[in-house]
Amino acid sequence: MTNGAQRKPMIYIRDLYKSFGENDVLQGIDLDVYEKENVVVLGRSGTGKSVLIKIICGLLKPDSGTVNVLGQDVDKLNDRDLRELRLKVGFSFQNSALYDSMSVRENLAFPLVRNMRRLSRKEVNEQIESMLNDVGLLQAIDQMPSELSGGQRKRIGIARTLILRPQIMLYDEPTSGLDPITSIDINNLINHVRHKFNTTSIIITHDLTCAKTTGDRLAMLFDGKFISQGTFDEVFSSDDERIQDFYKYNFIQNNLDREAKNF
Amino acid sequence: MYLKKSRGYFLSKKIDQFFLNLYDALQFVVRFFKEVFRPPYEIREIIRQCFQVGYHSLFLISLTGFITGIVFTKQSRPSLSEFGAQSWLPSLVAIAIIRALAPLVTALIASGKVGSNIGAELGSMKVTEQIDAMEVSAVNPYKFLVVSRILATTFMLPVLMCYMGFVAMLGAYLNVHSNEQTSFILFFKNAFDKISFLDIFSSLIKSFVYGFTIGAVACYKGFHAKNGTEGVGRAANASVVLSMFLIFVEEILIVQIANNFR
Repeated sequence: MTNGAQRKPMIYIRDLYKSFGENDVLQGIDLDVYEKENVVVLGRSGTGKSVLIKIICGLLKPDSGTVNVLGQDVDKLNDRDLRELRLKVGFSFQNSALYDSMSVRENLAFPLVRNMRRLSRKEVNEQIESMLNDVGLLQAIDQMPSELSGGQRKRIGIARTLILRPQIMLYDEPTSGLDPITSIDINNLINHVRHKFNTTSIIITHDLTCAKTTGDRLAMLFDGKFISQGTFDEVFSSDDERIQDFYKYNFIQNNLDREAKNF
Repeated sequence: MYLKKSRGYFLSKKIDQFFLNLYDALQFVVRFFKEVFRPPYEIREIIRQCFQVGYHSLFLISLTGFITGIVFTKQSRPSLSEFGAQSWLPSLVAIAIIRALAPLVTALIASGKVGSNIGAELGSMKVTEQIDAMEVSAVNPYKFLVVSRILATTFMLPVLMCYMGFVAMLGAYLNVHSNEQTSFILFFKNAFDKISFLDIFSSLIKSFVYGFTIGAVACYKGFHAKNGTEGVGRAANASVVLSMFLIFVEEILIVQIANNFR
């Protein structure tokens, strides 16, 4: 959290509550994310990590609390302003959510031609190609999503989000369901995106390798609250049993992965 | 909200849910009329959907229309020949097909073919978060997916209905011709003798209404699918069942209204 106190946060969340029926998911979340910072939110499945970033981009409405993104209260925006804001906030879905009926090129063109109507066809194609080049998948431009592997779909999903040049990127489980080597590629891509496009990011994950390589700061979500925030080492030097369990499992898995690689 | 917290449900859980869903569906339809006139217009997607709706049900409509024409003529002949009134057959068949059969059969076929297709497609887009993805990329998914599909079904059903009426009349002609050796021109002259403007107009109105119903129901069910793949199946199924049910209800209403003008 380098000299965070002086800077104005890009995302500012106070006292956020959200429940679905009887199930209280978020119970008083406080979070500040500063410019060009990568914040990793760790937590078990079903603790409401995805709900948190869905609230940030306005897909879900909070029950109470303040959610301020780029100076605007997300839950109080009308449709038009919300759309304006969403141009600046990118969301990469857990299952990539590529449009099945469209080719990769059309997937990338879809948000672009609808939000930047002045662009000529040539400019659109140029942007699509340069973006695919950035994620290293230019050769897949005319393939259909069903022909791509999980890792490729993730990359295309990220490219489709980035094509609108968002200031904030929200990654929902970027490495889930991928093999370790592909996961490393995705981690590198997240770091590359951050430097090339100057994005501020929130990364939702339970993969500690991903958290360590991409995150400046970690926040541990347990039972609807952040129980610990800080750098990787700060968080995992804690004696809290829940945090230690989290660490141990991933550590063992990391070793196994390394053995598998050597083998 | 207050009521829910203080005594559970207003009437009972199911009845409450029914009215909430009804309100939701009503809002969905109202939203269509709000968005349909507001730019930007998705012209290409509308044309693409029209093609999907029309072209993909063409074969089925041709087949069922032709069979309906033949079978209806065949079945009506004995009762008419008891009175020696076979010469009325063309006009009887024409009235039956143009007033009732063509709009209704077309709508039922289309709700099975097109409705289930739209319900399943939008349902799977919903559960795989593709609709959310459109939303967060600052594109209005309602406009792109729902408005274009409802417009396509609304405008293609009357076209399909006309086509089906024509094919069914051809079927009827073949049967009449092979039995009574009536010429093509005489058959159609007799057939359209008893058809008035109101018959054709009310059939067209019916088709518009049925088309809108099929599109709106299927889109609503697909757009609100949940619970993974199971929800997709349920959305596809519900779009067919509910739209067929509504088509029959509308049939009664429109026939009642049209008869007032006769």
